[in-house]
Amino acid sequence: MMQSKPDLGRRALVFVPYGWLAVFFLMPFLLVLAISLSSVRLGMPPYEPLYAWQGSLLSIRLNLENFIFVLGENTYLLAYLTSLKVAAISTALMLAIAYPLAYGIASCSPRSRSFLIFLVIVPFWSSMLIRVYAWMSILRNDGLLNSLLLNLGVISEPLRIMNTETAIYIGIVYTYLPFMVLPIYANLSASDRTLIEAARDLGCSRLSAFWRVTFPLSLRGVAAGSALVFIPVIGEFVVPDLLGGADTQMIGRTIWIEFFNNRDWPVASAVTVLLLVILVIPIVLFQTRLSRTSK
Amino acid sequence: MSQPSWFNRLSICAGLAFLYLPIVVLVVYSFNASRLVTVWGGFSTQWYTAAISNQSIVEGAKISFLVAAISATFATVLGSLAAIVAVRVRRFRGHHIFNGMLVAPMVMPEVVMGVSMLLMFVTLGIDRGPVTITLAHATFTMCFAAVVMQSRLVELDPSLEEAARDLGCPPFLAFMKVAVPNMAPAFVSAWLLSFTLSLDDLVISSFTTGPGASTLPMKIYSQIKFGVTPEVNAISTIILGVVVFGLVASRIVSTPSAKSSLAV
Repeated sequence: MMQSKPDLGRRALVFVPYGWLAVFFLMPFLLVLAISLSSVRLGMPPYEPLYAWQGSLLSIRLNLENFIFVLGENTYLLAYLTSLKVAAISTALMLAIAYPLAYGIASCSPRSRSFLIFLVIVPFWSSMLIRVYAWMSILRNDGLLNSLLLNLGVISEPLRIMNTETAIYIGIVYTYLPFMVLPIYANLSASDRTLIEAARDLGCSRLSAFWRVTFPLSLRGVAAGSALVFIPVIGEFVVPDLLGGADTQMIGRTIWIEFFNNRDWPVASAVTVLLLVILVIPIVLFQTRLSRTSK
Repeated sequence: MSQPSWFNRLSICAGLAFLYLPIVVLVVYSFNASRLVTVWGGFSTQWYTAAISNQSIVEGAKISFLVAAISATFATVLGSLAAIVAVRVRRFRGHHIFNGMLVAPMVMPEVVMGVSMLLMFVTLGIDRGPVTITLAHATFTMCFAAVVMQSRLVELDPSLEEAARDLGCPPFLAFMKVAVPNMAPAFVSAWLLSFTLSLDDLVISSFTTGPGASTLPMKIYSQIKFGVTPEVNAISTIILGVVVFGLVASRIVSTPSAKSSLAV
């Protein structure tokens, strides 16, 4: 008798957020899967229903044509590969910038640490669109960087950075950098300093103490940061759309164009489902790692 | 080791310069009288006047603020409940799926979230507009709110609640009277984080909106798609000012837990 009342409250407590996520997060994905198996039609919604009742006969039609089309078309394949390549290279670039920054901050006194990490967080809170826009005025052919270099006489002709892959890397590294810095910093600042001192006392040089003790211990933070940027960058839309050119097609932009310009929802859904298939492994890895660290 | 080496100083300076230089350029040029980004035509606030008197921009800002305030409130409540479930209830049927759904939206590409929400609203025959944007925003920001609340809940000293229960307080009341007031700064952080994430969002809003309802980022996006305009610099500077003000304020409010609540 005593057990039943808190149990009911517990169930209600679990039900509210669970139900919300199930309806607004899980169900939409099932619908994407369903519509990817449909075919396009005129009208609203612009796809055929998957099932029909004819008297007492329920007929279900699963159309695999969209997947066959997407997998057979080189432009889609290229977009997936480009997205993976851009995500991998920009993750590596971010690591090269974020690690020294996080390490530097972790080596400061606690007071300046919290202020410096606050400075890293501020851009993450401010609009991503605005931060990408800031680079547009710098990188354009008649932008700030080119006019500066021209006036200094470093170059005689404006560099073409805007609308190239280089611009995409700059934009992505810039907008996602805080996501890489924070987990690495959290890891480094929690690490045990006495281990490094012990290594130094035993005759390790400063550099080899770093490579043999500090770096291996910080790999958890590196992995968390890498996952936090690598996964969303694969589907990034804003940066390639505003800074990139027509020759670098990333999958996020392909989906956007398919939905808003071509209005072929079943094909767009198939492209999305295949993107999810690519994402599922890193997401599951990330989630299990996260739940392990939280224990 | 409290004195950072020159290498550490250099990497901090270079890193922060990289993070702030573009923003500084943006803010400085919002006060430029000239329309050209490369020419300094003297100090002027004309672009601010132009931005504020632009009816379409003001309309977008109104929708954005309304959507952000309502969705952040939903997200804070739902995120707190989710955090309590994840930290206190922990094991229940389907907790693996629950934890997965709580983490996935944070790394899920926005385009994927947007597409799936669009398809759901269309399938259910719900008219798209500010309401659907709000529902979508509440869903993806509640996961960030949950992270903030979770880190605060884990930090709480369980012996305080135990003491309340030992003194005859029922568990629920002990939680409400002891844990909840201790979580107050985290509520503020969670709400502010959800609010700014919603205010920022372009992609999910674009997918879940209907005709006529354009948020501020959507208006900015359609302007900058066709090039750089000083008016957008002015709008951006206003938004940055609001964000920085909110951040500094919340840092002052919640200094003891600032470290844990802001770290992702």
